[in-house]
Amino acid sequence: MKLRNVLKTRTPKSPVHKSASGPNMPKAKWLSFPYIVWMIGFIIIPLVVIFYYGLTTSDSTFTLNNIALVMDPINLKALKQALELSLVSTVICLLLAYPLAMILNKSKMNSNSFIVMIIILPMWMNFLLRTIAWQNILEKTGIINTILNFFKLPTVNIINTPAAIILGMVYNFLPFMVLPIYNVLIKIDQDVINAARDLGANGMQTFLKIILPLSLPGVISGITMVFVPSLTTFVISTILGGNKIVLIGNVIEQQFRVGNWHAGSGLSLVLMIFILISMAILSKYDKEGSSLW
Amino acid sequence: MTDNKLINLVNITKSYGDNVVLDDLNLYIRENEFVTLLGPSGCGKTTTLRIIGGFETPDKGQVIFEGKDITKVPPNERQVNTVFQKYALFNHMTIAENIAFGLKIKKKSKAYIQDKIKYALKLVNLDGFENRMPDSLSGGQQQRIAIARAIVNEPKVLLLDEPLGALDLKLRQDMQYELIRLKNELGITFVYVTHDQEEALTMSDTIVVMNQGYIQQIGTPEEIYNEPKNAFVADFIGESNILPGIMVEDKLVNIFGVNFVCVDTGFGKNKPVDVVIRPEDIDLVKPEEGIIKGVVTSLIFKGVHYEMEVHACDHDWLVHSTDLFPVGTEVGIWVDPFDIQIMNKPESEDEEAVEVEL
Amino acid sequence: MVKKFFERFYVGLIILFLYAPIIILILLSFNSSKSRAKWGGFTLRWYRELFKNESIMNALYTTLIIAVLSALIATIIGTAAAIAINSMKKTPRTIMIAITNIPMLNADIVTGISLMLLFVALKFTLGFTSVLISHITFNIPYVILSVMPKLKQLNPHTYEAALDLGATPLYAFFKVILPDIFPGVLTGFFLAFTMSLDDFVITHFTKGPQINTLSTKIYTEVRKGIKPEIYALSTLMFVTVLLLLIIINRKNDKNANKNTIISKI
Repeated sequence: MKLRNVLKTRTPKSPVHKSASGPNMPKAKWLSFPYIVWMIGFIIIPLVVIFYYGLTTSDSTFTLNNIALVMDPINLKALKQALELSLVSTVICLLLAYPLAMILNKSKMNSNSFIVMIIILPMWMNFLLRTIAWQNILEKTGIINTILNFFKLPTVNIINTPAAIILGMVYNFLPFMVLPIYNVLIKIDQDVINAARDLGANGMQTFLKIILPLSLPGVISGITMVFVPSLTTFVISTILGGNKIVLIGNVIEQQFRVGNWHAGSGLSLVLMIFILISMAILSKYDKEGSSLW
Repeated sequence: MTDNKLINLVNITKSYGDNVVLDDLNLYIRENEFVTLLGPSGCGKTTTLRIIGGFETPDKGQVIFEGKDITKVPPNERQVNTVFQKYALFNHMTIAENIAFGLKIKKKSKAYIQDKIKYALKLVNLDGFENRMPDSLSGGQQQRIAIARAIVNEPKVLLLDEPLGALDLKLRQDMQYELIRLKNELGITFVYVTHDQEEALTMSDTIVVMNQGYIQQIGTPEEIYNEPKNAFVADFIGESNILPGIMVEDKLVNIFGVNFVCVDTGFGKNKPVDVVIRPEDIDLVKPEEGIIKGVVTSLIFKGVHYEMEVHACDHDWLVHSTDLFPVGTEVGIWVDPFDIQIMNKPESEDEEAVEVEL
Repeated sequence: MVKKFFERFYVGLIILFLYAPIIILILLSFNSSKSRAKWGGFTLRWYRELFKNESIMNALYTTLIIAVLSALIATIIGTAAAIAINSMKKTPRTIMIAITNIPMLNADIVTGISLMLLFVALKFTLGFTSVLISHITFNIPYVILSVMPKLKQLNPHTYEAALDLGATPLYAFFKVILPDIFPGVLTGFFLAFTMSLDDFVITHFTKGPQINTLSTKIYTEVRKGIKPEIYALSTLMFVTVLLLLIIINRKNDKNANKNTIISKI
């Protein structure tokens, strides 16, 4: 498919009013004043500050050393491992979430909010606690091994391995993959799918040529929403990785804990390069951010 | 037109929950015919079309296509194509890719597909639109693309589900002529669904009037308009005066105590009937020259004609006339015998849904 | 039929995956053994001791206050901003939405660090206020993204109709627009509240040594072992929300039933 066509991809228009700008309220733009002030004060300026710290030494002279820290073998290994684990988690989330979103969409549960509820509800149990609970499931004398023992099967050693961290990432971020995909799928007009069938496409062809391309904005949103937090986490690796696995997030957190702000900021800037790339890709597909929720 | 039955719907029944949408429907469609399924919303016309297209499976009954039972055949294996109500274009593909969709699946050669795209766009008067995206087109243009996308597959039957419903009046009228032209050029069968009686009368070879899951009448536009089989058809197609009457004898009907001469026979003697008189078939004459006398109670200018209500025999008669009679004028009502249409009264609710053989 | 079975089985497995840790935490709240690793029999002791544990109750208090305040302020600022963005022309609108997406898409760790550095640079003491400001910052986008779709569905002419009938813009807003977008506003508030409650990373960097939310308190206990009272508290909170949502859903279902009947007719 030509790139131009991909860029043209939109979720189908809802059959509501065409006017993009809603009610004609000429004075409405003043309502954004508090938000603009807030954004500049607490989103834009903090980013400037982190750039300042990342590019200076403690006596305020310009340096690239903080950024170059990423080439240190230990840090490089942490970055590499974080990239590997977050990529694997993202792929697993996608593979688990897409079929789930398809099934939920097909079930035509007319209460959209019910599905959102089921998926958001776990957040009401603290996320640290939920991750800690995985220790109970995975550890040497944990639930999985107890079950395996009961059936006289060999036990597995998952806790404090990369597998445990991947599991923690998938567990924590799966909802952020399911919701955007589900949200674009429910917007696809059933008659568009019928039209493809009518023109001779079988189930598989309809999926590959129609459903998948139309759901792409949701997939891209989901990938970003899973990849970025996985790449930058330090909590999941702390709880499920013991001290054995160090991710780039752990390195940065540690720099700040020991008061080494310039080094921590420098490494954060490196991390931001990856975040910016994902955000740029996302914004190309989903300009309105409409499929995030 | 041949007498070949291309599609035959046999005893089709379909319900959603308790709601019976189609009740033992029988209908056949001949080759090269323009058939319109006409009725109010909820009458089962769209469901009938979707059953032919393969998007719904009937609870009971069979769909026979060229003598073969295709009731369980999925839509992608049927030799029919559909033009959907809201076009259902693939918004992520160019116009050319939309049109090529069915052909690519059939693995046609590139050259063949290119030729077909050109031909189809020319046919719907949209040459040069190959590389546009669907959402950059107007509603009327999108509709033509939806038609082009369907016909390149050379279906034996084209199903159209209220395809002009979303267009404005002028465009709708233009598209009606376009569709007739297309049908003649392609020489295939069109099955058209609409609730718009004018559309149905303009385009169809055969109209199937439906209500509440039953076929009310099948016939040519002239038959449906001039000889409605029952009060529903008479009321739904055009405007009409539906009056209670008693068939005194052959060719004589009594309405509100006054005898009118008509041309219908075979209803028996002193049998209650419904009488249909089209408003344009009523002639307003001098009071003493009419069959009955009345007074004009309202007058509206409608462009081509005046619409008047005449109070006579304790009933308001709807009259269309190019002559103006001011409100308050005393007039006589005259109806030619052949303009009076006699129908049996329905004996029960179910009777209203008459079984019709074509 | 087989396909349907597999689909249900699959959904069931995912739900089990999402809720298994929650079931474990609820069980742990009734575990008389102090150790997470072994079952010492059923007890309600932790529920009783929970209310006597001052540090946990303090953390709970801080958490709830910050969640309510940040959600409320974010809802007000965010709803106003959404209305403004919706009435903007294409370019400023795209810019606003792009900036709104930053805290949603940026890593928590970067947001947390950048805010902390800002507070430090301004010589602003880290504590309750800095956490509150940070939570408002990451909550506003959730409100905007919940309200925007409702604004798009709004019939633009109802507002004009209100003005035509003599309403002042302010009156028209409260009587015509707000009721229509209110479900979105409510969703936004609810989401913001949840996000604030569940946040750890940003609070971790901006809280300073003086205060603790439940999240940060739990994190300090990860190594030495979680106090069982925390399990009891989380169970209480979870069950409360679950009951609340079931009640709301029941009500909605009744309304939805009415609607489906109408749409069938």
